[in-house]
Amino acid sequence: MELTTFWFILLAVLWTGYFFLEGFDFGVGMLLHPLGRTETERRVLVNTIGPVWDGNEVWLLTAGGATFAAFPNWYATLFSGFYLALFLILVALILRGVAFEYRGKVDSDRWRSRWDLAIAFGSWVPAVLWGVAFANIVAGVPIDAQGDFTGTLLTLLNPFGLLGGVVTASLFLLHGLHFVALKTEGEIRHRARALAVRVAPVAIGAGGAFLIWNQVARGAAWTWVPVLVAAGALVGSFAATRAERDGWAFALTGLAIAAAVASLFGGLFPDVMPSTTDPAFSLTVHNASSTPYTLRIMTWVAAIMTPVVLAYQAWSYWVFRKRIGTHHIPAVHVPGPA
Amino acid sequence: MNVVTLSRWQFGITTVYHFLMVPLTIGLSLVVAWFQTRWYRTGDEAYLRLTKFFGKLFLINFAMGVVTGIVQEFQFGMNWATYSRFVGDVFGAPLAMEALVAFFLESTFLGLWIFGWDRLSPRLHLATIWAAAIGTTLSAYFIVAANSWMQHPVGVRFNPTTGRAELTSIGAVLTNPTTLAAYPHVIAGALMTAAVFVGGVSAYLLSRAEGAHPADAPALHRAVRVSIALTFVAGVAIAVSGHFQTRLMFEQQPMKMAAAEALCDTETGPGLSLFAIGNVGAECDVRSFVIPKALSLLATDRTDATIPGVKDLNAQYQEQFGPGDYRPNLVIAYWGFRAMILFGAVASFGAVVAWWLTRKGRHLPRARWVRITSIAVIATPFLANTFGWVFTEMGRQPWVVAPNPQGLPEVRLFTADAASGAVSSGMVLTTLLGFTAIYGALMVVELLLLRRYITAGPEAVMPHEPEPSDHPRPEGPGDDGTASTTDDREADVLAFAY
Repeated sequence: MELTTFWFILLAVLWTGYFFLEGFDFGVGMLLHPLGRTETERRVLVNTIGPVWDGNEVWLLTAGGATFAAFPNWYATLFSGFYLALFLILVALILRGVAFEYRGKVDSDRWRSRWDLAIAFGSWVPAVLWGVAFANIVAGVPIDAQGDFTGTLLTLLNPFGLLGGVVTASLFLLHGLHFVALKTEGEIRHRARALAVRVAPVAIGAGGAFLIWNQVARGAAWTWVPVLVAAGALVGSFAATRAERDGWAFALTGLAIAAAVASLFGGLFPDVMPSTTDPAFSLTVHNASSTPYTLRIMTWVAAIMTPVVLAYQAWSYWVFRKRIGTHHIPAVHVPGPA
Repeated sequence: MNVVTLSRWQFGITTVYHFLMVPLTIGLSLVVAWFQTRWYRTGDEAYLRLTKFFGKLFLINFAMGVVTGIVQEFQFGMNWATYSRFVGDVFGAPLAMEALVAFFLESTFLGLWIFGWDRLSPRLHLATIWAAAIGTTLSAYFIVAANSWMQHPVGVRFNPTTGRAELTSIGAVLTNPTTLAAYPHVIAGALMTAAVFVGGVSAYLLSRAEGAHPADAPALHRAVRVSIALTFVAGVAIAVSGHFQTRLMFEQQPMKMAAAEALCDTETGPGLSLFAIGNVGAECDVRSFVIPKALSLLATDRTDATIPGVKDLNAQYQEQFGPGDYRPNLVIAYWGFRAMILFGAVASFGAVVAWWLTRKGRHLPRARWVRITSIAVIATPFLANTFGWVFTEMGRQPWVVAPNPQGLPEVRLFTADAASGAVSSGMVLTTLLGFTAIYGALMVVELLLLRRYITAGPEAVMPHEPEPSDHPRPEGPGDDGTASTTDDREADVLAFAY
């Protein structure tokens, strides 16, 4: 296999890791208020992702850094082209990260509700915009001969892009609900299951429509497989929730995310960012990549480090495997007013 | 303002801001890990109080460092697409390595540390803070390597077909002499930042009119001593590494150093300008306060070295690279360099004063001036860090990738040619104002939180138990000794987190 192909696949893996892991983080953040009716319940929810959300977010940094290292032209065109969308994502991630750390640091309802707002905003915005961004990456955007995006923010808000946004938002919501059902006990767990049953049809409908639209427009023959896997996994997760098998439900939405990324990247290959202006201006794994030497170095680094990272991240999930309930949440314990 | 100018302002503001948090994160992670190690080894509760207290302050700061770091990873592509295409083959590698090797380590193990007080054995829990601290320290290596490559490109060739710089040796990039000189300087600066922070906070609490909480005082006294020792060590390391870095810069970036010394004309055996009166940006003969021969000696070990001046270097570059102005902003280069040294020296002087006040076990006087000075001195390493980076980055201008005088002159890029073609000035202005507003607001929040937690002292984070030594300690120091039943302990532990 050519190294450029290997790195294309590795990037698909990194984005899968990111959407799988931060996907449920986003879901928890999006649902903080509807699911957590009291402050203690909201603290239960925040604590389900407390130890891991930051590590999950590093998958995004790694995907970004790996794109820069392996496909610098893709990195440059994508990040400068989707400028304002990425700015909104950055603002959201900034507010969200600070909110997790700061919401419990002052004992005041007003303080906490402000940060809860930041968590909701910071989770909804990227959950929608990542879908918009990836829909536009695979469908193609206007790119000129210099490799520069010539559209505006509104160019991205086409029907396919917006549908992509609905897909990621509903998928992450569902994934987050399954995570909450898996990680909590008592009232919250029941509420998460009940809500999951209502969100699932949206995710199945939007996801199915989006993936089939993409498949018909630009899929390869083999990408029918991940499309069907994604659809089957979503339906299966719905059934698993009804059967109160929370672990299966969570694993299956995770599988659906992986299969969806596989079908999108599979249909995209060998392009990495098609140009709608002129196919000759499209960025491909060949014209956007780094030199074979750099790819070889990075392959070694990835081959050594990825298993190590996966091992200790998996271990951290193992350490925090216990379900959390409201009785685990202690009284508020912060310094009084100075 | 055009896209380049706005993009430069954005990069400057977001990066300086990010680097306010970073040195404190690096230094404090190591200091907190050391406190916890002492507690693990001795079982002395004072060290646990310090671990938890400074751990809390560390986390408040860490959150801001993390979220502003994401912007850094993105904005090379967002604002500097032309730069990213030109250098991606070389520059992307250390960034990707930083994420894979360092960021995962730091974030995952910090999560384990924050939430793992009761889930992990004391030994394993101690290991998690060290893993996180090593992660933060390693991340600095990769980013300094990336930055050093922009100062002094090595391990690279120029491909005329693609017009891009191509990596030929990752080993050369990672062992760039510029990196090897800059990294110890950055880490020593981070240690000093944390040392002065720990000492300033502790001295403030001890010198308050009512004094520190009786349960906290012994711990805080110890923290002051640790701070003084670490400030001295870091100060020496900063001076030595800074000296070697400067000397290297005379070879690698002579224009930057000529500008830093306001050396307008080439001189043999030049003196060292201590400070100047007049506009160093406009005139050549304003260097009024000079130590004879000292610059020559510092730069080369000889008193009769010929050091090229700004004018000659400018003419030389014009001949080599075409017409243009190759001088960096002389005022910023000259004064930035001096401000860095001055603020570093003030921080060290603070440690000397603290050492004098606490010599032979004396207690810090509960005086207003001690209180105010303790808080004020905390700012000085931050200022030194900032001026140091402003100097080294603006001293590199007009280049974003400065040509290596011993290497391939084709591997070079003007900052003016590096911005994104796809973005308009309106877009950059939007993000510039957006980031500035958010960062400004978050700065206020962070400072208020820090003030709140600092003034409350360790006692608020770890309430005093009358006789902690009565608790059984089956293995080593065991748990934190603040509660006796498992449930209570778990509650206390989660209270440390969210």
